[in-house]
Amino acid sequence: MTFLNHLINGISLGSVYAIIALGYTMVYGIAKMLNFAHGDVIMVGGFVSFLTVSSAGVPAIVSVLISMAVCTVLGVLIERLAYKPLRGAPSLAVLITAIGVSYFLQNAAQLLWGSDSKVFTSVVPFNSISLAGGKLVITPESIVTVSACIVIMVALTLFTAKTKMGKAMRAVSEDKGAAQLMGINVNSTISVTFAIGSALAAIAGILLCSAYPTLSPTTGSMPGIKAFTAAVFGGIGSIPGAMLGGILLGIIEIFSKAYISTELSDAIVFAVLILVLLVKPEGLLGRHVREKV
Amino acid sequence: MKLKKTTKQSFITILMVVVLYIAISVAKSGGLLTYSLKGQLVPICAYIILALSLNLTVGILGELSLGHAGFMSIGAFTGAVVSMSLTGEIASSLARLVIAIVCGAILAGIFGFIIGLPVLRLKGDYLAIVTLAFGEIIKTIINCVYIGKDSNGLRFSLENAEALGLAEGGKAIIKGPMGAVNISPISTFTVGFVLILITLAIIFTLVDSRAGRAIMAIRDNRIAAESVGIPITKYKMMAFVISAALAGAGGALYALNYSTIVPTQFNYNTSILILVYVVLGGIGNMRGSVISATILVLLPELLRAVEKYRMLVYAVVLIVVMIITNNKKAKLFIANIFAKITSPIRKRIKMKHAHETDEKEEA
Amino acid sequence: MLPCDTFPYFGINLKEYIMKKVLSLVLAAVMLMGIITLSGCGAKDSNTIRIGGIGPLTGGAAAYGNAVKNGAEIALEEINALDELSFDFEFKFEDDEHSPEKADNAYNALRDWEMHILLGTVTTTPCLAVAPKTFAERVFTITPSASSPEVIEGKDNVFQVCFSDPGQGTASAKYIAENAMATKIAVIYKNDDAYSTGIYEAFKAEAERLDLEIVSTTTFTTDTASDFSVQIGDAKANGAELVFLPIYYEPASLILSQAKSADYAPVFFGVDGMDGILSLKGFDKSLAEGVHLLTPFSADSEDAKIKSFVTKYQEKHGEIPNQFAADAYDAMYAIYEAVKKSGVTPDMSAEDMCDKLSEAMTQIQINGLTGAGSALTWNEKGEVSKAPMAVVIKDGVYVGK
Repeated sequence: MTFLNHLINGISLGSVYAIIALGYTMVYGIAKMLNFAHGDVIMVGGFVSFLTVSSAGVPAIVSVLISMAVCTVLGVLIERLAYKPLRGAPSLAVLITAIGVSYFLQNAAQLLWGSDSKVFTSVVPFNSISLAGGKLVITPESIVTVSACIVIMVALTLFTAKTKMGKAMRAVSEDKGAAQLMGINVNSTISVTFAIGSALAAIAGILLCSAYPTLSPTTGSMPGIKAFTAAVFGGIGSIPGAMLGGILLGIIEIFSKAYISTELSDAIVFAVLILVLLVKPEGLLGRHVREKV
Repeated sequence: MKLKKTTKQSFITILMVVVLYIAISVAKSGGLLTYSLKGQLVPICAYIILALSLNLTVGILGELSLGHAGFMSIGAFTGAVVSMSLTGEIASSLARLVIAIVCGAILAGIFGFIIGLPVLRLKGDYLAIVTLAFGEIIKTIINCVYIGKDSNGLRFSLENAEALGLAEGGKAIIKGPMGAVNISPISTFTVGFVLILITLAIIFTLVDSRAGRAIMAIRDNRIAAESVGIPITKYKMMAFVISAALAGAGGALYALNYSTIVPTQFNYNTSILILVYVVLGGIGNMRGSVISATILVLLPELLRAVEKYRMLVYAVVLIVVMIITNNKKAKLFIANIFAKITSPIRKRIKMKHAHETDEKEEA
Repeated sequence: MLPCDTFPYFGINLKEYIMKKVLSLVLAAVMLMGIITLSGCGAKDSNTIRIGGIGPLTGGAAAYGNAVKNGAEIALEEINALDELSFDFEFKFEDDEHSPEKADNAYNALRDWEMHILLGTVTTTPCLAVAPKTFAERVFTITPSASSPEVIEGKDNVFQVCFSDPGQGTASAKYIAENAMATKIAVIYKNDDAYSTGIYEAFKAEAERLDLEIVSTTTFTTDTASDFSVQIGDAKANGAELVFLPIYYEPASLILSQAKSADYAPVFFGVDGMDGILSLKGFDKSLAEGVHLLTPFSADSEDAKIKSFVTKYQEKHGEIPNQFAADAYDAMYAIYEAVKKSGVTPDMSAEDMCDKLSEAMTQIQINGLTGAGSALTWNEKGEVSKAPMAVVIKDGVYVGK
């Protein structure tokens, strides 16, 4: 029974990682850049929802929509102002810029909303489900997170496979130059990718804060890194990979805490990641790219 | 005497460091430096060494490492343990400092080798994420380490300070999350300066050697390098271990400048910070690393005047500098402004030269 | 004609050459600006005593630094308005980002400002970097909230306003045993934090002595401070009736809410870091029902002084002050009393003031916000003596016991 409890907690934590990882993987797949500011967009998403609910008193679902809208605009703005001028620049320059954006968002949030942490009111208005005489407890947040994660993954997969924009994205991810020659507007495709990634970040932020109800300017940074790890774990650029990586990472984290050591859980998570990458360097579901001579 | 171009460049870099050192030393002895600047001297040296060592991995070996702070951490804690446990035995603080730095470098080098074995089999972003993972693992493990010293020698535990079972008069040196406490700060600016020179000498000699050319060949085209019979793993490992050892030396210098260090200081943000120095200074450009590390260590301190906006300003500076140095349009824009300002001067120079050439032709 | 490469101005690389020049000029300008700012201290008002403060204003621990800054500023305003002395006090607070390296920088920046007295640092680790320097360079230091005993150990001029960590751990174990609150105890502490680990170690030693059984000990770090299901599950599975939380209120609020989700309702017992949980924005106060804590300060107190402080703080900053703000307020008053007692004047150097203030410090007593109505006094070691208050949260307010 405790095992089942840990498993449920692990899947619930993993789903949060998975949604963040989906955003990472989308941007990486198309723009070929590690968007280190993604974690901080999550934080902004959380804050927008928190402020609209607590100060303006709008219903939870509306706050989710507002937060998605704000993050989408923010994501596109960041892309336009900071990343677009660096198209074609060395990838390290883009990486450092992303880090700069991350610092900027964190410090701006601190100036705007203060450094003290806030308690987030869950957007999920149900009570926990207790099974087997209280031995097995499932929180409503975990149900919502897991279902949201599945819905988003399926939607993204269909979007990239079926729609025109999705096909354009895949083409850009395959070969930017050739895509441009075929008449695909690479710049707007990348902007749309950022818009989608940031909207996902808003959802991830709200679910993260609902499950672990605390909010401060640094809320997004550690889940951001873990989700990045999850994306690489599952094979960066792969949508099902991000989901699988995220959920596995959550389960490994909870299990290593429960059965090995709470002190060393992070070391164990990262050690597993290293082992997987050594055996399968392209990640669990990543595509193996052959080297051309 | 005609020097090779690279030798000449290396020479200029070393000369620059020496001149800076002399200038600062003179200013220091003349009492011209503020407390703030004096306090920054050793950290600047340490960060320069860290930036140089990371530049060896990123610029010369061509692999992105996001876990450099891990090696710094190993060097720092080794240095602290060595220095504190030798306090009674060796009276000269300079000798203790040197031994601590050497030990820090050796241990970090050993860890570099152990970590390099798996890491260097990977490529690109995967290699980057694995170095990040190792950095976090080192941080988490040091956070659980307790080391103490009593009359029987060093004692080690992974549980808590009491589990060390120290005899009467023994003291705990590293106390898990509390880190190393009561270090006597023995690092000096001169040692830092000498260590920078040694680091530069090692890197320049390596780059200019057969091994260095092999390493750069691997960076530029691994398959071609392999096909002409260069042992890839050996040379990659060589650069990685040297880089780790130098980072360890820098870490030891850094640690012994403070009374306390904690494991969480050497986290992923610190690795990124060092990477920022390298990228801003120019990948593979050692002189650039020296300059950018110096400026970027000083910058947040200079921005203290704008108080709470200072990290915000720092972030903006970072983004703007990256865009200016990497975007063609921005580059041209600035260059044009500069060209306009300087055009009268240039005209004069042009005319002067035209005269001179005329005169020459006439003669 | 000249060949292109001997005079790059006429070469093809004109733009790039200029670019490099621009960059190096910018860099040189930055450095120059630096040297000017660093050396340009400006004229000082010679008739004020300059008090420096150090603490985290940015980064993850910023809430504590800001609370101390705000609390100290309120005390400073009151003191300057009293007009009992012929001179005023000036207060300047520098950011240390909760890092020993930045704390050292902040200290040096304050030395350039010609600080007389240091109020700081706020957090323990930076304090362990700064206190040895203030000891060696003879700057009188009083820390509102750095609670490790090593902060003051062997330093005659460093004083603490807060309880020491081991003191809190021991007092908590004693309180639990004396009131027979539980026989089976679980502990969740933050193992990358000196404060939390320090309290835990003392608590464990004292609990063993008093035959309290610790059935579950689990930890978390800054990086894993979101999911506590495993820690709570372990305590629940081992049948702990009381969970001891030697941690700050933010993670504690998460533990309380996750324990409720897991249908686990033991008695929660906190220390001074738990104070502030009721003023967390958006916190469901019913979660904290029945939480016990040992704290020197409670913002809900009926005490006139505390009431006036809380009102002022709320007016200025829109928040309810926590114990950090209160400790800082008391620290400022302690400085004021020590200055009055020792008769130091602004024309003295920090070194000259140091010994006089340290001596005066052991003779003064102040009736502050912390200490539950009893007076605060200090011994020669720098430890404070004040009474901890045991409070329990009932109907969303602290109730004294």
